[in-house]
Formats: sequence, C-alpha cells, structure tokens
Amino acid sequence: MRHLLSAADLDRTEIGEILDLAEEMSLVQGRPVKKLPALRGRTVVNLFFEDSTRTRSSFEIAGKWLSADVINISAKGSSVSKGESLRDTVLTVAAMGVDALVIRHHASGAPWQASRWIDAHVLNAGDGTHEHPTQALLDAFTIRRHFRRSVPDLSGFEGKTVAIVGDITHSRVARSNVLLLKTLGAQVILVAPPTLLPAGIDTWPVLVCNDFDQVLPHADIVMMLRVQRERMAGGYFPTPREYTIGYGLTRPRLELMMPGAAICHPGPMNRGLEISADAADAANSLILDQVAAGVSVRMSVLYELLGGAE
Amino acid sequence: MTDLLIRGADLVGRGRSDLLIRNGRFVALGDAGTDVEEFDADGLVALPGLVDLHTHLREPGREDAETVQSGTLAAARGGFTAVLAMANTTPVTDTAEAAEHVAALGRRDGHAQVVPVGAVSKGLDGTELAELGLMARSGTGVRMFSDDGHCVWDARLMRRALEYVRAFDGVVAQHAQDPQLAGGAACCHEGEISGKLGLPGWPAAAEAGMVARDVQIAELTRSRLHICHVSCAETVDVIRWAKQRGINVTAEVAPHHLMLTTSEVLGYDPTFKVNPPLRPDDDVEAVREALADGTIDAVATDHAPHARHDKEHAFAEAAFGMLGLETALAVVIETMINSDLLTWAELAQRMSIMPAHIARLADQGRALDPGEPANAVLVDPTARAVVDRNESASLARNNPWHGRELPDPVVATIWAGRITYRKRNGLQA
Repeated sequence: MRHLLSAADLDRTEIGEILDLAEEMSLVQGRPVKKLPALRGRTVVNLFFEDSTRTRSSFEIAGKWLSADVINISAKGSSVSKGESLRDTVLTVAAMGVDALVIRHHASGAPWQASRWIDAHVLNAGDGTHEHPTQALLDAFTIRRHFRRSVPDLSGFEGKTVAIVGDITHSRVARSNVLLLKTLGAQVILVAPPTLLPAGIDTWPVLVCNDFDQVLPHADIVMMLRVQRERMAGGYFPTPREYTIGYGLTRPRLELMMPGAAICHPGPMNRGLEISADAADAANSLILDQVAAGVSVRMSVLYELLGGAE
Repeated sequence: MTDLLIRGADLVGRGRSDLLIRNGRFVALGDAGTDVEEFDADGLVALPGLVDLHTHLREPGREDAETVQSGTLAAARGGFTAVLAMANTTPVTDTAEAAEHVAALGRRDGHAQVVPVGAVSKGLDGTELAELGLMARSGTGVRMFSDDGHCVWDARLMRRALEYVRAFDGVVAQHAQDPQLAGGAACCHEGEISGKLGLPGWPAAAEAGMVARDVQIAELTRSRLHICHVSCAETVDVIRWAKQRGINVTAEVAPHHLMLTTSEVLGYDPTFKVNPPLRPDDDVEAVREALADGTIDAVATDHAPHARHDKEHAFAEAAFGMLGLETALAVVIETMINSDLLTWAELAQRMSIMPAHIARLADQGRALDPGEPANAVLVDPTARAVVDRNESASLARNNPWHGRELPDPVVATIWAGRITYRKRNGLQA
C-alpha cells in the first residue's frame, strides 16, 4: 500500500487484512510492555493543520508502540494567512527524510495534493469535510468484533444494516464509512434533515431517510454523528432542541432499537444533543471500544504502509 | 513606413483577397508603394482582431503574476488586438487617475490596446459608487464598469450604477454570484461531485437568481447590463427570456465553460479552481447552444494569471482563476466551429465585433475594409498542437489546457497595422 487517502482505496481483502492485523496489535494493548520493534528506524510525522486530540494521540501511540520515531507538527491556521503554501510546508517536512506523513487538514483534498508532491507515504487523518479512512477502519473493527460475538466466523457485513445519523454534509466520518461499509457488503441508511444531506446524495450507494424513528427498528448499528457548534448557528436546523427531538438518540429511542443492536459515535460527543447520556453509557454502546480500536487499527495501517520490505 | 501586403487570405464571406495596410489602416489594393512587405496568407482565414471583454492583467499590484507587457503579449499570441483590463488591481481602478494609469501602461508596454474597466464601487467593496462619471470623462473614456471578482449584491447600488452610467452610454458588467447562496468559500459546482469531494458548493441558482434580479433592474432603469462569465443553463434561460422581453442585456461566456466540466476537480488540482466553477456536461451544452443562437453575445476569456504559490494551497484556499488569452480562439474553434455550431463570420461576431460594440471601442471589431483600422488575425483553420504551459507568454502557469491537443490557429496578429505576433515555422519570423 503506497498511501491511504480514501476508504475507497481498499478492497474487501485488504480491509480484512488490516482488521486481522489490528486484532493482533490489540493484544499489545493488554501487555505490560507495549512495544513491538516492527518500525524501528522509521520516522512518522503527524502533520496536523487542524486541532485534534484523539486522532493525533492515537496515531502517536500507534507509531510509538511500533518503535517508530514519531514527531508531531502543528501547522494550525490557514497557510494562506501565514504566507507559506501547502506545497512548501509539505515539501519542507518531507525534506527532513520522513517515511510517512500523517496529514490532518481543515480543507478537503489536501492529502491528495500532498501525495503528488512527495515520495513519502501519505496517510489521510481527516481532510476537511471529505474523508477520514482510519476512523472508518476502526469503526469497522469495532463493529466486526460486535457482530462476531454472535457469529464468530463472520467475514463480510452482508445482511447487516448500519444507520448513520446526523450532519452527513459536513462529515468526513460519514463519507469514509459509507465507502468502507459498502465494500464490506453492509446496507447503509443515512438519516438527517434535508439541510444536512449533501448535494448528489441520490447517487450514493445508500438509502436516505429523514425519519429517524422509521429507520431505528431496522438498524444493527446506529452510528451517531457529532453536531458541530458552527452548524448550530448556521441555520441548518431551527434549534438544538428541535434537532434532539428529531435526530437525537434519546432514551425513548433506545426502546425502538432491535435486540442486539449497538451504538457508535466517533466522538467527541455532545451529550444531550445528538446522543443522550443513557445512550452513550448504555450496555450496547461501543463508543469506548471505538477509542481503544483507534490505536490497534492505526498500528495496523502504519505497519501495512511502512512494515513491508523496502 | 513599409506597407504590408497580405496575400490571398480568405476574408470570411467575401472569398479570397489581398489586404494592403499602410500607416495603421487598410487601404485600397493597387495603391501599393514600392516598399512593401508581403505576407503569404494562402489557406489562412482573416478575421478582425479579437477583443477580450474580460482580462486580468494584474498590473498595477501583482506584477509577479502578470504585467501589462506579458498579458498583452499573451493576448497578441491569442489573436487579440484589444483587452478590457478588469478593475481588481492594487490600487483598484476606481478613479479617473487609476484608469488613466492603466491606459498609459498599455500605451507604453502593450502588444494590444489596453482598455481599463472601471470599478462600480469604491474599492470593490459594494457599498458606495466609484467615480463613474469622472472615469467616463477621463482621457481614456471608460465605458465598461465592473466589480468583477465580487458581485454587486446590493440591489440599490446596482440600480444606482445602472441608472448613472446611462448618462454616458456606459454598461455595468455584473459578476453574478449571490453571496448568501455562494459565499467566498464556494469553490465547486454544487452537485454530485461537490458532495463526494466535500467541497463547498456553488449552486447554479446563485448565478441565475442574481441575473434574474439584475435584468429586472435593467428593465426598470432602461440601462445597459452585461453579464460576465455565464456558466450554467439556468442563467441562459433567464437571459433568453430577458432578451425576448427587449431588456438591454448582453452576456459573455468564458472558453473554459465551453469545454471543461466539474469532473476536472476530482483530483483537487487548483488549476481547475475558477469562479464561477466548472459545471457539468448539461451546462456546457447549454452555454454552447446559447453562444450559437446569440443568447450569449460574446466569448470573453476571464484570463486570470496567478503566481504559482497562490495556486499551491489546499483546493479550498487556492486562488480562483485560469489562463485564457492564448487558447481562447483554439477552444472556440474546437467547440463551436469544428462542431458546426458557428460559422467563421459568426465567430468574428462573438469574439470581435460584439465585444467591441459592448465596450464601445470605435477602432475595434471593424470590417477589413479600406479606411478601417488595420486590426486583424490570420488563422490557420486546420493546425493543431499540444498546449505546453511553459511556452506561454504569460508570466503565470495556471493553464488548464496544458497537455491537451487543441487547434493552433493563430498565425499572425496585426494591431494598428503592426504585426504583434507571428507564429514561428521552424525559423524565427
């Protein structure tokens, strides 16, 4: 694997390999000494143009447990305002001799552009409102584990339904999950008010519904998306109260879920807005499993990119 | 001064003939003096020099991106003998002095006539009228006014501007973009691709809605309105309706909107970031048809050179715009002549005669007749070449046509009797 830019870069076999390797990596998490020598001597730079606590620290831990040298560079703020072009920033960092660049950027497509300018591996850690492929992989990892509790030899996600609920328009988590879940064979239903569904949604390989209650009884997984603060003021919906009543995973809605169905959220959560405390802390909530999976999956992806014979 | 005798060119609609040029004008044949330079135009089509209603020359202010010298050299290479220089320079062309400065730069450095466009509002900020009358009365006689790059979104300001310029036969050229529907971040046609790529959408309604408002104001004020860079079918419908109603509106289309589609941005290459954005196939078809039937009056390049570093940001943060002067005629031949949507005479209308008329340029867009100013372009209708951005006369390299095979039509450009560009055929001309 040269780069990981999009969830669409991976076919089902490759996803399976990454998730299987992540299972092995997750064993490290339980050990007292959490260190593998796999990437000793390799250098990974987390180049973050946008603040992120959990994604950056999860990549950092993943790299360190694999014995890579990990450096964090924060390039927050618009490169336009700083007077340095994206290309110059990326070339400058690459010129230090790094093996992989993990890029988070507030603008869609930045990792694609970077991958055309440099020789190092590029890993998309979230670009604007476009994609976040490692989030989709860790979600798939978490969901697969959940499904395997009832069907231990499960390979694909055929016959399973995943509802993704919330601001689809501005969600890179939603885009990557749609692509990855379709590759795995799941049915995806997007649930949102029309103002939070992107243009051209009718061309996506998904079902779309504006009525959460109608979808809820059919979903094996209910994935709630964070409502960004700026959307609340942007007039995408009248009030937070109305949003919660229409699209929040409230306590009454928990009753509508089918037995065995589980809850996901990429975090950070707005408790009381898109997800109630009852839902977040429910027995069938996978939210903390997702966080734990983040490290294992990112270890696996870094190993896939850098661990091969080179 | 040496006479120039052009031998055997096809004068569109009038068969093959020679053209004799003396002291900047065409003169009757048979008057040739003894000192004559001959130009063999066998197999070439002679058109009146092209006029570009929409050029960004970047000087004064951004001489690292383009200068009057380099921009007009690109114009000459594209067959243009006049360019309208948009007002969004630094300083903005919003006073008579600024307009005269641009015109003076043109006289000093120009390889084509440089005609300043005046800003509609002071500093292009959309709130107060610029000194429209003083610009009109200045030595350079500004007739076209535009805040291009920004929409005159305030309906009252638009009304006052349209009313005011009527006094001196001016025209307001609108960059139609409703800022509420398509704000500054909007950078991709709103549709399937913007949704997939997660890029801020620029819906067609933001253009067509603004044009619908403006044609109503033009009807109210009985003024001349011009619509810049029409990019979508919805706008075409509004303009067609307005023209049928007798409203005094003209419109232009940029070459890139005649050929390139939204799918060009799939790789997030900011070379293809332009405002208004590249649209889907249906819109490309609609603007071609509108140019063919005259709903759209003119082709205008929106030549927008940028320094390389201003295009090397993330897509959403990179500068808007692409080069156009050198390739405009090639693109119009490819999309309109080679598909039989336009005749050569109609092409001359759309790229020379109408633009000169809209901008009220007395010496441009004229017939190739004795007594007329000698502005012409000699065109090889069959030559083709692969565009190489590094061969451009422009200082900028944001050329969306790089690597594409297109017609390579311009053999020579003649402005006021002078050859401003001559194609090299292996040997330096």
